Amino acid sequence: MAKYMMIFRGGMGARQDSTASPDQMQAHMQKWFAWIGGMRAQTEVTGDPLQNGGATIKGPGKTVTDGSYAELKDLVSGFLIVGADSQDAANEMAKGCPIFEDDSGSVEVRRVMDMGDH
Amino acid sequence: MPPPEIASGELVANLFRHEAGRLVAGLGRLFGPGNVDLAEDVVQDTLAAALEAWRYQVPDNPSAWLTRAARNRAIDVLRRRSTHRRFAEEYAVDLSSGWTASFTISEAQAERTADENQLRMMLTLCHPELNGDTHVALVLKYLCGFSAKELADAFLSTEETTNKRLARGKAKLRGLGSLVPVDELTDATGSAQASLLRALYLLFNEGYHGNNPSSPIRITLCEEAMRMVAMLIRAARGPVPAAHALAALMHFHFARINGRLDAEGVYVSLEDQDRSLWDAGLIAAGIKHLNQSAEGEALSAYHLEAGIACQHCLGSSVAATDWGQILSLYELLSQIQPSPLIALNVAMVRAMLGESETALSAVAALADEPALQRSPFFWAARA
Repeated sequence: MAKYMMIFRGGMGARQDSTASPDQMQAHMQKWFAWIGGMRAQTEVTGDPLQNGGATIKGPGKTVTDGSYAELKDLVSGFLIVGADSQDAANEMAKGCPIFEDDSGSVEVRRVMDMGDH
Repeated sequence: MPPPEIASGELVANLFRHEAGRLVAGLGRLFGPGNVDLAEDVVQDTLAAALEAWRYQVPDNPSAWLTRAARNRAIDVLRRRSTHRRFAEEYAVDLSSGWTASFTISEAQAERTADENQLRMMLTLCHPELNGDTHVALVLKYLCGFSAKELADAFLSTEETTNKRLARGKAKLRGLGSLVPVDELTDATGSAQASLLRALYLLFNEGYHGNNPSSPIRITLCEEAMRMVAMLIRAARGPVPAAHALAALMHFHFARINGRLDAEGVYVSLEDQDRSLWDAGLIAAGIKHLNQSAEGEALSAYHLEAGIACQHCLGSSVAATDWGQILSLYELLSQIQPSPLIALNVAMVRAMLGESETALSAVAALADEPALQRSPFFWAARA
């Protein structure tokens, strides 16, 4: 079984103009718990959220710029690493993510390379 | 270091709504009532941050996490906007310096001040110059975390109407320098207490007698009203007999909510209600509040209504209910708060006592009351 990284951008929590009520936000979070819990029942799941802000360092001059290049909606808000048999299987798992409840949400699914890969 | 294994999370019901109310009140105290929208924005942003972070792992102490997150955002807001915002008068000096601001924000948000902040916010929102419906809308929005859409649903109204109502309320708040102090609650000469208790009474009634009794949101309205009264009593610095009477009234009503509707959600008449469904624990708590309401001289309508509801709770059946006691309570009530609905109730109680002649002529005399034409209870009583 290979490992795949799911990279999250946008979604309800990333919106600056969110009109979701506290109840709706809590209900949305419960869906994340259910989704991640469902994957955990089948495979190992690890991951972390990322804070907004930070810095970008670029070029031979190692120029430090505060923040990220991305617009807020394109910022990576966190990632998960899950075990899956194939890219298709990992994609199917990602389709269950509640991030798609908001138009702005997306999940990038990438295979984690290991030494056996070419 | 490998990322930690994700723990599956579970949150306490209503956590976000209740935390939103607590945080808005704490920030409202700092920013001042005129900036309640700014406080709400900070809280919205805080909850959104929790949404991003907690899905991986719920913190051990969610409430403390939110408090810290809200404080950091509040400091940012103060840095960015302090030049063209007027914050609460009592904190204006402390907040003007970044160095003292952090400490002041922590103090204003401290756990021990949470009830006090929310009571002060309640008193502020229930401004005596605003009407009861506006009070209820403001309290639900800023202290119970209801969105305009949820408010509109709760009141079978439109979002537009609700927003207009909220805008009227906010325009009034803009003129206030600070949250109303807690002492206003126990000031017998002030109108703050009366308008606040009335708002909570209306909120409870909206839930209890609302148009859609089987809707879960209605139960929520009752629970929120009871939670606020309890908070008010905890935070009061002095005797609040009328608040205890109101708490008693709510307990007596809420204790019977399970017997009131049948499986299809249709009202069950008092005679046919299964009294074993009534909640003895809530009735006992109501009696405790009723005893505490006896402190002081003033007799409020809440005392009398609680007394009537108590008699209903104590009777083992309709026949065994002390209707004589109920009649005298209703007659007192009609003296301090005359209304056609109470007159109708007096007539119905007389009918229960076998005084049908007096009762019928009283009901006939009420037939032209416009307020009663809309009341389903009136037509039921005539029948």
